[in-house]
Amino acid sequence: MNTDSKHEQGRRDFLKHGAAAATVAVAPGVLLHAVNAKPREEPVTDAVRWGMLVDTTKCADGCNACVEACDQENGIDMMLKPASADEAEWERQKPRWIRKVKVKDNLTEKVTNLPLMCVHCEHPPCVDVCPTGASFRRADGIVMVNRHTCIGCRYCMMACPYKARSFIHESVQYQLTAVPRGKGCVESCTFCVHRLDRGQTTTACQDACSREGHKAIVFGDLRDPQSEVSQVLKRYPSVALRADLKLNPGVRFAGI
Amino acid sequence: MKKIRFREWGMEGPRYWGLLAVLGALVAIGGLSALYMEHEGHWVTGMNNQVVWGTPHVFAVFLIVAASGALNVASMGSVFGQKLYKPLAPLSGLLAIALLVAGLLVLVLDLGRPERLIVAMTTYNFKSIFAWNIYLYTGFLAIVAVYLFTLMERKATPYSKGVGLLALVGRLALTTGTGSIFGFLVARQGYDAAILAPMFIIMSFAYGLAIFMLVMMFAFDQDERPIGEKLIGRLKNLLGVFVAAIFYFNLVFHLTNLYGTENHAYEVFILLNGGIYTWLFWGGWVLLGNLVPMGMLYHPALGRSRAAIAGASVLIILGGLAAMYVIIIGGQAFPMSLFPGQTIVESGFFDGVNGAIATYSPALPEALLGIGGIALALLLTAIGIRVLRFLPESLADEAIDPHHAKV
Repeated sequence: MNTDSKHEQGRRDFLKHGAAAATVAVAPGVLLHAVNAKPREEPVTDAVRWGMLVDTTKCADGCNACVEACDQENGIDMMLKPASADEAEWERQKPRWIRKVKVKDNLTEKVTNLPLMCVHCEHPPCVDVCPTGASFRRADGIVMVNRHTCIGCRYCMMACPYKARSFIHESVQYQLTAVPRGKGCVESCTFCVHRLDRGQTTTACQDACSREGHKAIVFGDLRDPQSEVSQVLKRYPSVALRADLKLNPGVRFAGI
Repeated sequence: MKKIRFREWGMEGPRYWGLLAVLGALVAIGGLSALYMEHEGHWVTGMNNQVVWGTPHVFAVFLIVAASGALNVASMGSVFGQKLYKPLAPLSGLLAIALLVAGLLVLVLDLGRPERLIVAMTTYNFKSIFAWNIYLYTGFLAIVAVYLFTLMERKATPYSKGVGLLALVGRLALTTGTGSIFGFLVARQGYDAAILAPMFIIMSFAYGLAIFMLVMMFAFDQDERPIGEKLIGRLKNLLGVFVAAIFYFNLVFHLTNLYGTENHAYEVFILLNGGIYTWLFWGGWVLLGNLVPMGMLYHPALGRSRAAIAGASVLIILGGLAAMYVIIIGGQAFPMSLFPGQTIVESGFFDGVNGAIATYSPALPEALLGIGGIALALLLTAIGIRVLRFLPESLADEAIDPHHAKV
């Protein structure tokens, strides 16, 4: 899906949701939209903790499917390079929620491929340092940013040991209604929270990895002993990145 | 010792307005730069997702640190009873407020969403050192304002020692908070050190005093008020001690790091092959910012020259900016240890591939915003001393030194 059709899709979604919205004219040409969003049926509780296992042994060298899927799902591919921006500099400034990393062990020279994203810590440093509390952890373990109260101080980016966050360096022209974005705010992987809140149970990266036939990403409820992610975590050895920091991340890695 | 009289600054009209015009223009340029960066977004700066705090933070943190240090002269007078410094207390307090306001403004104008300052003032996460700092900074401004009142209003003078003590505690808390912004960051190798808090305090002593001395010498020179040799001599010796203390803290910081193997890569980066950061560390911070001014201040002949003392103060300030650049930007440019024991050989997000340092080159508007901040601090001071009686008529030894007659 290219940017334009994606934009159209976003617009259609907006109009669809807009059908339930009451529109009030307060002055000629000035409209107030009071959106009657469907009330969430159940509040988020800590009965669920969303988590993920990345099996690096199944992650294919050169495959970028998870990254592309995340870009599409979260409207990152709709971000346009400012006309006069330098190409190389823009690469360093545009948002990135998930990236492929290849690491080599210093002693054994074993090479490992893996996707890296926000690992949704139980004790997230980004939440600790945020002055306004915009960076927060939901009861179900998802760490995210409240775009209404983020002042763009970027202290969370300084504090995150996984370099998982991105700052929006430019004006946002196109975005998806499900994934709001604004210049001057910080954002990162949300475990596709908009999907989960609609009752779906998978993330875009996981789906893409499965579609490619690798199945390196398993996502689910860590509190449910019957969930696939709980089962595989129980069965196979896995590690937390930077386990020394004792942040108890919700994303674990096998095979490193 | 005569009674100390205070008088408004009497720099002659045209020159004074000229000074205000130059400072005002620099402030305006800084303001326009901030507007440009906010309007376009941070892509017009050199900042990116790897180096998220750039040159504005270098200036802002420097100004905030210097602000608390500028109050030292007042503390020595009011709290520690050094009569020699008492006539300088009002200028010391004014400079502290001006520097802090300027530093905070630079910091706020570099936010992604500066218009949401009201959110930062009303919504707090008390686990964040930033949130504490909002209280520490505004509290410090309020305490120093009250302190100035007790110094300048005769009826309130009996309270000046008590309020001065509160201001001293406030300034120590403030700089501890500023140092801890970095000291509390466990994620990055260059930070995460408790020594950063006391090191920032000692830096504030030196940078604040260097700025104070330059402002004092310039202001007194302009309307021909005398400054005695004894006062200058004491202040410059104190400045030398503070600079030596920075050197000591810097040494301990790096020696501690060098002892632990996990920090060797970071030390090699800062001390040996970090490019601009290594140059700024040795050339800017250590040599021009510490060793040369120390030599000048304690040199038997240069130490008596006011031009040399002013020169040393300028070097200390430039060295301070270099130190901030090395700490703040160098600390981010050094790749994070995402996978201890492994080397990242490929990455889709500039994760320090094969140890590569993150790219950052400051853009002009960032520097202009920072320079505008310095100009604002000086502008506020220039206006303050012109309209209110901040400056004593004379700082000649016989006017301020209680022991002068005995010598």
